[in-house]
Amino acid sequence: MGYTRRDFLQFTFNAGVAFGAAGYLSNATRALAQQKLTQDDLLRFESKGQVTLLHFTDVHAQLRPVFFRPPDTNIGVGDNAGIPPHLVGEEFLKAFGIERGSALAYAYTSLDYADLARSYGRLGGLDRTATLVKAIRAERGDDKVLFLDGGDTWQGSYTSLKTNGEDMVECMKLLKPDAMTGHWEFTFGQDRFTELVEQMGYPFLASNVFDSEWDEPAFDNAATFVKGGVKVAVIGQAMPYTPIANPRWMFPKWSFGIRADVLQKNVNEARAGGAEVVVLISHNGFDVDRKLAGMVKGIDVILTGHTHDAIPAAVQVGQTLILSSGSHGNYLGRVDLEVSGGRVTGHSSKLIPIFADIIAPDPEMAAKVEEVRAPHAAELSRVLGRTESMLYRRGNFNGTWDDLICQGIIKERDVQIALSPGFRWGATLLPGQEITLEDLYDETSMSYPAVYRNEMTGAQLKEVLEDVCDNLFNPDPFLQQGGDMVRVGGMTYTCTVNQTIGNRISNMALAATGEPIDPAKTYTVGGWASVNEGVEGPAIYDLMEGYISGLKTVSVQERQAVKVIM
Amino acid sequence: MTFTRRRMLVLAAGAAAIPILPLAPIPAFASAEEAAKLMADFAAGKEAVAGKLKLTAPEIAENGNTVPITVDVDSKMEGDDLVQSIVIFADGNPRPEVATFHFTALSGTAAATTRMRLAKTQNVIAMAKMSDGTVYMDKKEVKVTIGGCGG
Repeated sequence: MGYTRRDFLQFTFNAGVAFGAAGYLSNATRALAQQKLTQDDLLRFESKGQVTLLHFTDVHAQLRPVFFRPPDTNIGVGDNAGIPPHLVGEEFLKAFGIERGSALAYAYTSLDYADLARSYGRLGGLDRTATLVKAIRAERGDDKVLFLDGGDTWQGSYTSLKTNGEDMVECMKLLKPDAMTGHWEFTFGQDRFTELVEQMGYPFLASNVFDSEWDEPAFDNAATFVKGGVKVAVIGQAMPYTPIANPRWMFPKWSFGIRADVLQKNVNEARAGGAEVVVLISHNGFDVDRKLAGMVKGIDVILTGHTHDAIPAAVQVGQTLILSSGSHGNYLGRVDLEVSGGRVTGHSSKLIPIFADIIAPDPEMAAKVEEVRAPHAAELSRVLGRTESMLYRRGNFNGTWDDLICQGIIKERDVQIALSPGFRWGATLLPGQEITLEDLYDETSMSYPAVYRNEMTGAQLKEVLEDVCDNLFNPDPFLQQGGDMVRVGGMTYTCTVNQTIGNRISNMALAATGEPIDPAKTYTVGGWASVNEGVEGPAIYDLMEGYISGLKTVSVQERQAVKVIM
Repeated sequence: MTFTRRRMLVLAAGAAAIPILPLAPIPAFASAEEAAKLMADFAAGKEAVAGKLKLTAPEIAENGNTVPITVDVDSKMEGDDLVQSIVIFADGNPRPEVATFHFTALSGTAAATTRMRLAKTQNVIAMAKMSDGTVYMDKKEVKVTIGGCGG
């Protein structure tokens, strides 16, 4: 029986819906879902010009393929309302001409996620990325390709925590990046950070990081390459609010910031030095880079990370292309540039979704990944429990992983209210999957994991929520820090997105009783990942290991703790 | 485990909470009007204009206790094109006057860098007085946050 592509897609979608509730699709169905997609299809690209940029960012230490459910809520404010990356679900499919139920719909949206995940399998895996990078270097010629790492590479897994980032550095070395910038890398502390940068053997670039005492540049801002006979300057931009979003006391030597003026000066210097193409490898976040592209003249391409947005092709802002290559190793971004007369005259771009079941693993990288994981194999695979619900994190206001974490904190620390930071990293588990220790660390691996127990007044609680909310929804992207809203347990509230700081949060109430939270009354509050020094309490991964092991079977109902008003 | 009020604030709210702790008597916060009066006094009847003076400050303070700022005037530093002084105000601090820098032709350039304490989100204002009486002004809002959860 022959299927047309359309039939096949229909079938896949229906099959997913029909069988999803009953458990996993049969292997035969899964093979069918994937049969028309090949490695060659994924690699197909309209090659152009002399220079190819490959962009890899925000892998968060995921060496192996993962499920990662894209957000169902990603609200843009001000000038960024309703445009990429602030499109989700059906709006995203419509904007990019993607059919519901297709492989690309699975790669980019949360629609029918659990069912499609069973059909199309996991995304990512550094061994698969290695296959693609090698194939593109072979196709284009090594002398034409720049491979750039946007950062948030070293943090986010059990093995990265236990090896202090060493596993990632050793694996990334095999991919031979030409340069890197970063963010969570700094949370290993300034000494360890410096040690690993020396070990990696390619430059760490940061135009916007200065010595906090002498106000002098702390790193090289740029590196220059000749690719396809074209002189290319790559400038780095680290996450501007690292000392605010993460513990400043871990890297007191360095001061960050956006520093648009410094960037303009560095772009001008690169041009004056003969660069025909200027590329910014950035950890600013998409909206910050969109604003920056309109302010700083002379940047041809911004390869942007931090906000974990996967957009199928580059977005043009004035004379600047912005490519945003997602997260968790799920995509490899590619931009080809045609350069003549000292300027970019043509381009093509796309993200390559890394379907792990379709792309052959690179043997060299696969062996290295195995090698760094081997000493931890027993712990990594230790089963803590099983989940009946999909556990995911991404979304502006809540995710089931954080709901579970908040439940754990409320129980284990005996508090009325729990807070869990709005991180955008963390993989997804499908209903029916076992929860291993590795899965738990994928959500909680960090160097400041203490779960505090405090008393706060209702007024202080509101102040915290207002402050975080303004970091997400201030209409000026330069005042956004790139995370999602802090997640709450034990309470509900209303968020009026288009209000101002101090006026967005209302109707705060205790979830159990519906009793309004009194500004003057004191409540017990637990939370983790405080940026302050000397926080006391058990590590979040230990606390949750105990909690999940006690539950054995996890079931988290989708809930509406937050009422959102625009 | 018990927490004192002080400990709790530090844990919950981060560095920016420190300035509002009741460690010492805190003077009433200046109103923006008080800053406006001081600015008018400095301008001495001239209208402050934007242009040659550039104030550099972070969009968000990394540490409200020590916020680095730089002022720089595009000036030949001779004749009528000479900066006499630059003054800096913070319109939300208990005392809005932060610093005054005096210059002469021997200064060569009119630029200065300092660090200041900002108790909350507010405007930082720099004004420069030229030898011909012209007054330049630049203003930046600096956000003081209580620490976030960047992804």
